[in-house]
Amino acid sequence: MATTAAPAPINTPAGTSYAPGEATGIWSWLTTVDHKRIGTLYLWTALTFFIVAGIEAFIIRLQLMKPNNQLVSAEMYNQLFTMHGTTMVFLVIMPLSAAFFNYLIPLQIGARDVAFPRLNAFSYWVYLFGGIFMTVPIFFDVAPNGGWFGYAPLTTMQFSGGLNIDFWVIGLQILGVSSLAAAFNFITTIINMRAPGMSLMRMPIFTWMSFVVQFLLILAFPAITIALFFLQFDRFFGTQFYEIAAGADPLLWQHLFWVFGHPEVYILILPAFGLVSEILPTFSKKPLFGYNVMVYSGIMIGFLGFGVWAHHMFAVGMGATADTIFAMATLLIGIPTGVKIFNWVATMWGGNIRFTVAMKFAISLVALFTIGGISGVMHSSPPTDLQQTDTYFIVAHFHYVLFGGSIMGIMGGIYFYYPKIFGRYMSEKLGNWHFWSFFVGMNMTFFPMHYAGMLGMPRRIYTYDIGQGWEQFNLWSTVGALLQGVGLICFVYNFVKSRKRGEVAPNDAWGAGTLEWSIPSPPPDYNFAKIPYVTSRYPLWDIKQPEMTAELTHTAPDAGVIADAHAVPMHEETQYYTAKSLGIPMPFPTIKPLFAALFMVLMMAGLVFIHLDLFWVAIFVMIGSGAAFVGSLYGWLTSPLE
Amino acid sequence: MTVATADTPAGHEGHHEHVHYTSTGLENRKIAIWALIGSECMLFASLISTYLIYKGRSKVGPFPHEWSCKTSNVVGKTAELVAGCAPADVLKPILDIPVTSQSTFVLLMSSLAMVLALAAVENKGHPLPAGAGWWDRCLASSKFWLMATAVMGVAFIGYQSYEFTSFVHEGLTIKTNLFGSSFFTLTGFHGAHVTVGVLWLMSLLWIDRTRGLGPKDELVVDICALYWHFVDVVWIVIFTLVYLIS
Repeated sequence: MATTAAPAPINTPAGTSYAPGEATGIWSWLTTVDHKRIGTLYLWTALTFFIVAGIEAFIIRLQLMKPNNQLVSAEMYNQLFTMHGTTMVFLVIMPLSAAFFNYLIPLQIGARDVAFPRLNAFSYWVYLFGGIFMTVPIFFDVAPNGGWFGYAPLTTMQFSGGLNIDFWVIGLQILGVSSLAAAFNFITTIINMRAPGMSLMRMPIFTWMSFVVQFLLILAFPAITIALFFLQFDRFFGTQFYEIAAGADPLLWQHLFWVFGHPEVYILILPAFGLVSEILPTFSKKPLFGYNVMVYSGIMIGFLGFGVWAHHMFAVGMGATADTIFAMATLLIGIPTGVKIFNWVATMWGGNIRFTVAMKFAISLVALFTIGGISGVMHSSPPTDLQQTDTYFIVAHFHYVLFGGSIMGIMGGIYFYYPKIFGRYMSEKLGNWHFWSFFVGMNMTFFPMHYAGMLGMPRRIYTYDIGQGWEQFNLWSTVGALLQGVGLICFVYNFVKSRKRGEVAPNDAWGAGTLEWSIPSPPPDYNFAKIPYVTSRYPLWDIKQPEMTAELTHTAPDAGVIADAHAVPMHEETQYYTAKSLGIPMPFPTIKPLFAALFMVLMMAGLVFIHLDLFWVAIFVMIGSGAAFVGSLYGWLTSPLE
Repeated sequence: MTVATADTPAGHEGHHEHVHYTSTGLENRKIAIWALIGSECMLFASLISTYLIYKGRSKVGPFPHEWSCKTSNVVGKTAELVAGCAPADVLKPILDIPVTSQSTFVLLMSSLAMVLALAAVENKGHPLPAGAGWWDRCLASSKFWLMATAVMGVAFIGYQSYEFTSFVHEGLTIKTNLFGSSFFTLTGFHGAHVTVGVLWLMSLLWIDRTRGLGPKDELVVDICALYWHFVDVVWIVIFTLVYLIS
């Protein structure tokens, strides 16, 4: 077997998101095709948008703190809640998940990168430029103002003139390109780039849930893409898709949107489920309970997710038959979700639990998602839903599942994987402050909303009158939001500070069992000096604590395949070898994906000029950047990868 | 510590250089193109369902299969049945099935040419049989078949442009009614896909002319072929649902 002649190790302390000996500086980040760096970029960008969306939410809460408040105008309030929702869904939770997809999938399946590294860079840059395009208008009072679901005909020119909705329609199209490109990439990566021995039923649950999410993305996004095209054509070219006077169906948008929108909520939650399924076994010192059932229930959730979209539309009067079918299907989803909750509880049952910050976040997901799940089951029943729809009860429900579920799970994931990404631990002390202020704050914010909703407080109103019994609940919510703000500040401080001053983390920061913990923290650009051979679901525990995986199915490494003593090469020393000294071919850094993304975004954004009555500018920008986009694509496709 | 250098599991090293180990043995791009096609199915499904939902909901003519009147909502199976309409105001049914059958035939034949192009690339380097005539040489020419596929694609787009222009002359634009909006958007999206396919084919042709495509490029041609056949299949569905079924 070929061994290189004693490559020279580089010894440098950890504490950066790239291993020592690798290129640094801004150019290396603009041209990077390394999935770990792209994941890190996603992480930083999405956290920045998280702060933006948090500020928007906080202004909303200040406005609603007391009756008849006049802090912001009704028009600005519309922009704030629209952008809060849109930002949280498309610019925070999805990209935070994408940060983990990028960083973890190749590491968890034992690959050196994703299948298409340059396409991966393209996805990120499209997301960044699209996010900026959507976010900047709020500073000029022209931000989208039609709700994150942008119901047409409300969003057609007749009812929403001005540029606001244009930014939303075009922005979502841009972000759709980013998500779709990434999804094709990850599907291929997971199907095709698993290390030897890593069968599908040995993949870590995070990779499995990500796999399901990618299919949801590629199958659900086209529906909203088409709905958005119709809206774009109506607004810019005078088509009649949403023109009721011409005979259009007022429900067309709602159906197309929710055919996407419901799978979308699983796109938001399943990655967090995956992260929690990594955290709970690690800190319970037990393999995940009911792995197979976890996988099947994840697939089941994804599958059923396509058959329940109309439960968002019970109030439109679809008739008893349709209502019943969609209600039944919705109730069915409770089964695989409940299975997951019980499996997590059973994973912890009898385990040797360590209450780290990551573990607390993971456990809080199990608890808070259950509360949100139960209110979800309540309004899966049409008669109940008719009482609750468009009230704060719904706001309470989806914040329990999306904040209590997705955000808490992802926060747990950040504390858990921070040592892997940056080579240092985050502070547990600050982390505890963060956790408790988030946990208490979010319950204080969102629990009273159930009551406000049951008392009839409608969603999306910018203020309300005295004497409806809503005052104290709104005041509590605002105090809770303040507490969450404190938590967010603790988190940001902790996140930034720990990069330089956190305790240095070893390879296996928490005693976990999956492949990403077998390599240095932060990992070198090639990830694995030698592609590992996977012997069971927890290859690292097989080596370090074989008693923990004794009950799992194993395959002995094939003698021809593995030559050294360890099935997984473990670099316990903080020693780094460059890819070159190991003779591993690496993809070249390239700026072309960035250019392609920039020109594509400009091409799509150029349409806005039409509504500024600058027709020829629009044509010039769109054709010019379209040509530059195609040029960058050809430049990219004709240059060799590695 | 032992440090191995191969992308392949040890033991297979050196046997296939530059071939990355994959779990399925398939090339990455092959899997990605199938995922793309799956996604495209949902895209066209959304477009086609909208067309079908809006079928018969237009308030004014022209309509796809019926005679109608410019000044009233009267619709008839023949020109004479549009009662009470001045002959000058009678609008023809829009869809011209004979012409579109021709363009459908051309697009179907282009798939055949695509298959032959792929076969020619795969068999590149095989010597021609003794006494090979012009037909054998033709069959072996990937450039010829790539060109033929692209030309037929362009012809299809030509038919579509002709169709669109004549519809506009007969009074149907994308703004006229729901039928116009959904018809032009659906067939326009398909036409855009054919255009991308033609550009793809021209790029392959350009590679073939500059450095020559051979058996090692099978995948590159194959993924283009998969896309092309998919676009064809979508047209069959559109042709059936939009044109043939009234």
